[in-house]
Amino acid sequence: MSMIFGVPFAVLSGQLLIGIINGAFYALLSLGLAVIFGLLKIINFAHGAMYMLGAMVTVIMFDALGVNYWVALFLAPLTVGVFGVVIEYFLLRRIAGQDHIYSLLLTFGVALLIQGVLTNIYGVSGLRYSMPDMFKGGMNLGFMFLPYYRAWVIVVALLVCFGTWFMIEKTKLGSYLRAGTEDSQLMQGFGINVPLLVSLTYGFGVMLAAFAGVLAAPIYSVTPVMGSNLLIVVFAVVVIGGMGSIGGAILTGIAMGVIEGLTKTYYPEAASAVIFLVMVVVLMFRPSGLFGKEA
Amino acid sequence: MSHGPDKEYEQLRVSGLHAFYGESHILHGIDMVVNRGELVTLLGRNGAGRTTTLKAIMNMVGRRTGSIMINGEETMSCAPHHIARLGVGYCPEHRGIFSSLNVQENLTLPPVVRSGGMSLEEIYTMFPNLYERRFSQGTKLSGGEQQMLAMARILRTGANMLLLDEITEGLAPVIVEKLGEVLTALKKKGLTIVLVEQNFHFAKPLADRHYVVEHGQIVEEIRADELEAKQSLLNDYLGV
Repeated sequence: MSMIFGVPFAVLSGQLLIGIINGAFYALLSLGLAVIFGLLKIINFAHGAMYMLGAMVTVIMFDALGVNYWVALFLAPLTVGVFGVVIEYFLLRRIAGQDHIYSLLLTFGVALLIQGVLTNIYGVSGLRYSMPDMFKGGMNLGFMFLPYYRAWVIVVALLVCFGTWFMIEKTKLGSYLRAGTEDSQLMQGFGINVPLLVSLTYGFGVMLAAFAGVLAAPIYSVTPVMGSNLLIVVFAVVVIGGMGSIGGAILTGIAMGVIEGLTKTYYPEAASAVIFLVMVVVLMFRPSGLFGKEA
Repeated sequence: MSHGPDKEYEQLRVSGLHAFYGESHILHGIDMVVNRGELVTLLGRNGAGRTTTLKAIMNMVGRRTGSIMINGEETMSCAPHHIARLGVGYCPEHRGIFSSLNVQENLTLPPVVRSGGMSLEEIYTMFPNLYERRFSQGTKLSGGEQQMLAMARILRTGANMLLLDEITEGLAPVIVEKLGEVLTALKKKGLTIVLVEQNFHFAKPLADRHYVVEHGQIVEEIRADELEAKQSLLNDYLGV
């Protein structure tokens, strides 16, 4: 068996795979955060809760109605997206233009509410959700075993990330979003319905989180607190990448997952701290993040 | 119908307009009327309330009272995006070129609000520089080119009333001259133009009427044919 820096190649590639998968989740989540922050100037602390809702809705719909994974992949993000639009319309809109701290506290409160209600009903021990039969098993790549479902997560997460990037950077609708990020008042002065755009953007951002939640349901423990654990890491990823950049959020997400995986292989004690260490170093040299625009 | 000034058709009537930014009371009862096809300037010192008047018409200030009629329709309760759809094109003082959009994206950003706007080809013929640089980042253009872009952007939408804020500010004489030609051409097409302008020599040959703004009020209205008689009065107001 070949060794790389004293670690068997199979172990290394296994950890790298887990790293890339975690990175794909970081990328999906930080992408949504960046999109929301861009137009709404809101730091969405409810993002972890939306991710969790995506997973919970998937499980609940399956248990109650027998809705299968493929339908849930569309229906759960849609449900959570509509929920997000409602939250934007009835809550966030009232404090638009106020200091960041208000929206931060409000979204944090919303997250605690959702989490609290679901904990009351379902507890925190975790719900069981089995993956579709076609994803059971995996293939032997010679140097490692690749479970089908993990491969699927990587591919579909990257596709969604790329699709989002393409929509924002290359389409007409995306140009509204980019321009609105810079000066939404002037956009509205041109005749564009900015309040509607804001609602839909928030809905879309939380949809991305919920989509990640559906992808997570078969491989992670589905509990009402699964989002709050992840969110802190995702915020660190966003800080490293810089709030302003869509492509940056994706690349940083994946890179941080890989770095975490590598650390787990070579120095497991630091694995859960390494992202924050990177954050500190990046902030020292580039306060606006790796891909952020200098303010 | 749309050719030449139609002095009978009131495109804009502002009456008793007050505007506030938070606690500051900026406009103290602006009254003005602009007829279709007219080019009217708002003259005055910095801070007199000219920019705020344009922004208040666009519903972009904190709070307003009074009345603003566009094409005979009361707009005080309209959201900004509805005002644009009444055929109003606004060019802000800071030009508002988006740095994350290239020139062509900037140009095509505002939705078409009325038929009869200029096509992309016509615009590129009028501003050949913009065509050459259509794939450049918007804010990489020179100041003059950015101003051309800010103007061109609202011409494409078919807006028939333009609110232009300090479009010659900080630009080279040759660019200012070009802007003068553009405004003359737009006037010929029958567009209504409200011009906030510091450069009186630029505005003088173009305008049909001038309003002098001071302390958030209109203190004087001067028709183009009265200019000579009222020149010294105007000089007093503008402090030149």
